[in-house]
Amino acid sequence: MTTVSKKTYLFVWLALLAFLALTWGLANVNLGPFNNVFALCISIAKMALVVLVFMHGRWEKALTWIFIAAGAIWFLIMVDLTLSDYLTRKDITNARTTWKHPEQNPPTLMPGKGD
Amino acid sequence: MADAQLALQKQFDEMPQQKEAATLGMWAFLATEVLFFGGLFLSYIIYRTNYPHAFAEASHHTVVMFGTLNTAILLTSSFTMALAVHAARENNTKWLFRFLLVTIVLALAFLAVKGLEYREDLREHLWPGPQFRPDLPPQAQIFWILYWIMTGVHAVHVTVGVGLLSRMAWMTSRRKFSDAYYTPIEISGLYWHFVDIIWIFLYPLLYLIQRYS
Amino acid sequence: MNTATETVAPLIEHRIAKNYFTEGGHTLKSWLLTTDHKRIGVLYLISIVFYFVIAAIAAALMRMELITPAGDMVTSETYNKLFTIHGTLMVWFFLIPSIPAVLGNFVLPMMLGARDVAFPKLNLLSWYLFNAGGLLALYAVTFGGVDTGWTFYTPYSSTYSNSHVLTMAAGIFIAGFGTILTGLNFIITTHKLRAPGLTWFRLPLFVWSMYSTSAIMILATPVLAMTLTLMGIERIWGVGLFDPKLGGDPVLFQHLFWFYSHPAVYIMILPGMGVMSELVTCFSRKPIFGYHFVAFSSVAIAVLGFLVWGHHMFTSGQSIYASLVFSYLSYMVAVPSAIKVFNWTLTLHRGSISLSTPMIYALGFVGLFTVGGLTGLFLAAAGLDVHVQDTYFVVAHFHYIMVGGMVTAFMGGLHYWWPKITGRMYPEKFGQLAALTMYLGFNLTFFPQFVLGYLGMPRRYHAYAPEFQIYNVMSSAGASILGVAYLLPLIYFLWSLKYGKKAPANPWKATGLEWQTTSPPPKHNFHETPIVDTPPYQYSAEATEAELLSISNKETPYG
Repeated sequence: MTTVSKKTYLFVWLALLAFLALTWGLANVNLGPFNNVFALCISIAKMALVVLVFMHGRWEKALTWIFIAAGAIWFLIMVDLTLSDYLTRKDITNARTTWKHPEQNPPTLMPGKGD
Repeated sequence: MADAQLALQKQFDEMPQQKEAATLGMWAFLATEVLFFGGLFLSYIIYRTNYPHAFAEASHHTVVMFGTLNTAILLTSSFTMALAVHAARENNTKWLFRFLLVTIVLALAFLAVKGLEYREDLREHLWPGPQFRPDLPPQAQIFWILYWIMTGVHAVHVTVGVGLLSRMAWMTSRRKFSDAYYTPIEISGLYWHFVDIIWIFLYPLLYLIQRYS
Repeated sequence: MNTATETVAPLIEHRIAKNYFTEGGHTLKSWLLTTDHKRIGVLYLISIVFYFVIAAIAAALMRMELITPAGDMVTSETYNKLFTIHGTLMVWFFLIPSIPAVLGNFVLPMMLGARDVAFPKLNLLSWYLFNAGGLLALYAVTFGGVDTGWTFYTPYSSTYSNSHVLTMAAGIFIAGFGTILTGLNFIITTHKLRAPGLTWFRLPLFVWSMYSTSAIMILATPVLAMTLTLMGIERIWGVGLFDPKLGGDPVLFQHLFWFYSHPAVYIMILPGMGVMSELVTCFSRKPIFGYHFVAFSSVAIAVLGFLVWGHHMFTSGQSIYASLVFSYLSYMVAVPSAIKVFNWTLTLHRGSISLSTPMIYALGFVGLFTVGGLTGLFLAAAGLDVHVQDTYFVVAHFHYIMVGGMVTAFMGGLHYWWPKITGRMYPEKFGQLAALTMYLGFNLTFFPQFVLGYLGMPRRYHAYAPEFQIYNVMSSAGASILGVAYLLPLIYFLWSLKYGKKAPANPWKATGLEWQTTSPPPKHNFHETPIVDTPPYQYSAEATEAELLSISNKETPYG
């Protein structure tokens, strides 16, 4: 197994802090829908650094990567198929515009009850 | 080397086999943890998709400074944990012990900051229920329920980590580890990095929604 | 050479034989603190029988109530508690551990040629977690019960129910971690502790099934843990994620719950399928037909099983689009199961079939599981499901699979491996009688329920319209026969411990490493690590004893 040098760890740590600054900075700028995209990408980048270097992922065998991938993929399955329900419900889609006080717009989750 | 052989358990034939089994076992456990937190992240995704404005408004009441500070603390603790494993690999038990200690101190600092933050949140009436601040929409309570549960479950994992690393530090002081055998240190490290990764995702989701407004 | 191993372990009859009962201590403490996977398997067997009995009594009471249309034996609240107790105990404290924690624990390491599982202490911990959870469940049952159904749907469970929901949920939460540890152990053991020469495609199919089951266990159970936590939080604090007043959605609970619970039902059938492959090959003296297909089907079932959970929610307010997607995926998951049934059937074809007790159970499985599986397809069609959802049709479907399938396979496996586990033979005639009685009793109990469901009788009702009575009476009559069929093995297994014929190392002349050691096995399973150089199931209808065995034994129990 390759030994990772302390210097590599130091660089990764500094990179992580830089990403932290970046993610905080970008949140203060209005980029519309890209705020979410960038935030997610930066988080994934940080995770990748931790997994690959700190957790030695780069030097792990394929079997370990199957385990890592399984966790990620199964989480995504759960999110994806659940979203397939929520994104295709008509009444919630309509409610997703502006918030109104419940007196003016009572929350309703039963389909077909009028929009 | 005699210590290393003593650590070989009867069901294994060789030390490398035992080490691989332990490492693989920890990765499998971390996969279960992904799914465990996954239920919370799923709920967050569903509700934020449905109530984006309420979530944005609600998240503006989190204390970004505490969140950012805690992220930096945890990232650094991951760094020191990696250095601890590195020291073990180099048979440097003195620095292994020191880096473990620093990691523990950083973890406790994280918990301390979290405690201060929770106190602030409670003062701001951000505990869901009848006393929840009325100037926020009802869906904001969903955000705050998720906040308390997600950070709470995470804090429990941090606490467990403190216990785990303390035991590692104690075992180090009893000279249980050398460059021939330091598997528990490594797999404790894996656990600790995972706790860090969860927070890496929690931070932007909880603290950084539309901070420009 | 047809022998499975190159090393020969001597079979020497000692007056006091050295095996895992006699080695490792005789005291209760040595059993309660054991890390021997074989002892842990036995401990699990005792535990699950205990919970099975309680859950069966609940079922008996239900079936007694349902003999008459009026709800005159128990109140509706009590009836709700009965079916909840029956469901929760059967699912979490009997079926899920059954084959994995009993037969898997005992036999899996031996099938791999290993001395134990990868993490023996975690194995013991899993048994304690199981029982800690079970104690909480027992408390809930004893001190008033739970009435939400085993599915704990919100908002009833989180807000309105006045029963011991939290205690039961906590019990399931803790027991769930026992399941996760078992699954984790099996996965790592299969990867890391295989004997030399034992490649993946030389493994018995039971191992493939246990591996796939374990993958489901570790990926699905954590979601259940979180789901119960969220429901519990809403119950304790009065506010939660499923509360419509805040904009929450009770159906989200169902998504989270079924994401676990559908794969859980595959935990409750895959191990049975693994046992089937062992029984069908041994008792037709033939290698399995299509080994690779059966192996990959196990994996396919585990994977596809995670993609179909929405078929439990067709009528819950899920969007039509999502229902379509889940319906389609549910049809796909039936395919690997069908492949397996096809392959077992073709294994039987031109085999030399002996109708020993395990084989009777196996043959019963084929028929009963097929009925259960086919009726699953009825339910997977969203349009048809609208009519039979929450009726006895669903109840019949899952009992055909879980009882007609899994419990049958468990009984078959228990009879098959009983000589290995205890060193004793059970009385064969009684075994065959019980197996046949079970088959008849089961069909009488559950087939009428298909008709009931189709005619519209709802499930979880303690009273029903009078026109349904005839089928309910048939069902209850069948249930009493089924009770006898379960009582018989309980009695004769216990009897066999003292009076049963002493078992040879390989009473069935089966292939597989577990038969290459004594019955019962020594503490570390093998005197020398076996080396494997042949595929599994090297049966031949004309083979002689000497060709098949390294340990030959002239005396066969049943001739």
